[in-house]
Amino acid sequence: MASSTHNYLNHEKGLWSWLTTLDHKRIGIMYMITVLLFFAIGGTFAMLLRTELIAPGETIFGAQLYNQAMTFHGAIMVFMVIIPGIPAFIGNFILPLHIGAKDVAFPRLNLLSWYCLIVGAAITFVSLIYHGSDTGWTFYTPYSIETDNGTTWVVLGAFVMGFSSILTGVNFVTTVHKLRCKGMTFFRMPLMVWGLYSTAILQILATPVLGITLLLLAAERILGVGIFDPKLGGDPVLFQHFFWFYSHPAVYIMILPAMGIISELITAFSRKTIFGYRAIAFSSIGIAAVSFFVWGHHMFVSGQSELAGVIFSLLTMLVGVPTAIKTFNWVATLYKGSVQFQSPMLYALGFLFLFTIGGVTGIMLATIGMDVHFHDTYFVVAHFHYVMVGGTLMAIMGGIYYWFPKMFGKMYNELAAQLSFLFIFIGFNVTFFPQFVLGAMGMPRRYFDYLPIYEPLNKISTFGAYMIGFGFLIGLYVIIDGLLKGPKASDNPWGAKTLEWQTASPPPHENFLTEPEVTAGPYEYR
Amino acid sequence: MSTDNTVTAGGHKHAHHFRDGLHEFEASKFGVWLFLATEILMFGGLFVGYFLYQSRYPEMFVEGASFLDWRYGSVNTIVLLISSLTMALSIHYAQKNNKKACVTNLVITLVCAGAFMVIKYLEYSHKFHLGLFPGEAFSYADAVAPNLAMYFSFYFLMTGLHGSHVLIGMGLIIWVLIRASKGEFNSEYYTPLEGVGLFWHLVDLIWIYLFPILYLI
Repeated sequence: MASSTHNYLNHEKGLWSWLTTLDHKRIGIMYMITVLLFFAIGGTFAMLLRTELIAPGETIFGAQLYNQAMTFHGAIMVFMVIIPGIPAFIGNFILPLHIGAKDVAFPRLNLLSWYCLIVGAAITFVSLIYHGSDTGWTFYTPYSIETDNGTTWVVLGAFVMGFSSILTGVNFVTTVHKLRCKGMTFFRMPLMVWGLYSTAILQILATPVLGITLLLLAAERILGVGIFDPKLGGDPVLFQHFFWFYSHPAVYIMILPAMGIISELITAFSRKTIFGYRAIAFSSIGIAAVSFFVWGHHMFVSGQSELAGVIFSLLTMLVGVPTAIKTFNWVATLYKGSVQFQSPMLYALGFLFLFTIGGVTGIMLATIGMDVHFHDTYFVVAHFHYVMVGGTLMAIMGGIYYWFPKMFGKMYNELAAQLSFLFIFIGFNVTFFPQFVLGAMGMPRRYFDYLPIYEPLNKISTFGAYMIGFGFLIGLYVIIDGLLKGPKASDNPWGAKTLEWQTASPPPHENFLTEPEVTAGPYEYR
Repeated sequence: MSTDNTVTAGGHKHAHHFRDGLHEFEASKFGVWLFLATEILMFGGLFVGYFLYQSRYPEMFVEGASFLDWRYGSVNTIVLLISSLTMALSIHYAQKNNKKACVTNLVITLVCAGAFMVIKYLEYSHKFHLGLFPGEAFSYADAVAPNLAMYFSFYFLMTGLHGSHVLIGMGLIIWVLIRASKGEFNSEYYTPLEGVGLFWHLVDLIWIYLFPILYLI
């Protein structure tokens, strides 16, 4: 049992040793704390928004506060939770262990990336002094130029957080290329590593474009440079092009590592080699490649040319192919496996169910005719929550439970974890499925108010949101209870085959006492 | 296990997670190249915007460019090209264990970078004097093309972002200059020098594109 002996948690002591650590595992834990904190803040905003929408008219706050809360909910969840959630938190902890390395390639940059996130988040919250921001997380021009509040701060905060993302990306690509242990060929890497690798490529290639876009927007607000301002000869649609050139790949920054986690969970809890290893690996790269050529599907009604619309529509549907390849391979892995329904696996199965709904409604939205009807309605809101929450967040939760014993050397309360899953899963569907219907009925998104005919479904949706909130509170209890009172975990409680389970729980400072040598693939079950 | 504690002549010990100095060198260089890719994409946004509006308002860009003096731009191009050469030479001499030549070339690089910024300062103050500010502060009265301010928005944003990279590059050059003069770099270890060199060549390269599209249209 490792917790009594030397490990990364007791390698050094004191808060200062954490704030200056270069150990990827400790930085991963620091990211965990920050991401969970931001998640609590963003989630609180979500609860407030749903409470406002429980009935038509003004309920708890009016239009202006609603718009600000909505902007903060979106910006926090995107830039501070989902984007750093898997790569920088779980990936940081797991990636070097997965490839048998002692650390990531650039430990100091790794630490710097955490500080970039903190500083960026702090700048974002400074905006609250100037009455926040009411543009939505997309900062569309020209409104974002004219609105008189703290938008500049939010924009600059997101810019700084972009550095965090870029540094993680540079670090991970280099780590995968240069730090694999003996015998760890590319096709012996766990699929989680493939997911993180394709994510990192997107972080490197897409984030700088967001950086310059946000800088230009800030310059627009401060200097009035006119590039996005129609009054000065600029073109607001150019902002949308720039913004989505980053933000669509960013959607895959969010989902690709989640798919990596799901690959790990499904094979580990089916006790079976993954079906179609190479197909899953290459489909990650495929999704990453296609993701750069689909941004125009956010702009079908922006006035871009019809030809461009048709091309973007077809390319968008193409994303469905590698995604379906993954899904079918996961299902095929389950077939004749010894499936065990522990909480990480429940989240993986929840992912399969919810992400499929999110993906298929994505194809619907990629169809121009339908998108014109659904555009800016709750159908879109439901769609991306099924992907972001039903996909990414499910994977994060599954990943936390799966690697919790490895991170802390302790087990958590399985029953409570399953209960938490039940509330989150059912609550999620109760919240967001009615929103598909509301969207199809024409309820527009981003308003604090709605027509009375939408009231019954909105009530159900709000009720579901409270269920999700309760589920996450149980989840928080599970984590804290596990940390404080959890029984000691063995080195490999799940009987999984990847490298991280071959070392102690929690791992020693340099991950492995002797450098591992790999002679076979990652999932040698049967 | 790797053979740790191999210390080079300059006193450098490679980080614990690398097998040896060469391993560290290759990983660092790879990382710098990835970082340069992010730089190109960031500048790419400005270039795309520039070409979009140039095709939309050609007369504005012609009028705007007429305020730029190609002689200043040419001198700056030559200055930066020389600095790139001396940067490369300093790495070459570090590899040959010639500390003095390495330091000398770094000093020349730094002087060239400083000269570039001085010329940029002269150009900027000339434009500010005429009232050719970016954006809302634009106060030049005799503009013919509507929205001429936008040309100067692009001019100042592009050269400003580039200029800030020159300043950062100067900071980095000072850093490696100090380390080089302490004798830390030699044929076995010159990783920071190589990384700063790559960055400096990129800064040079971006100017090579900025110069014709701004000064020579």
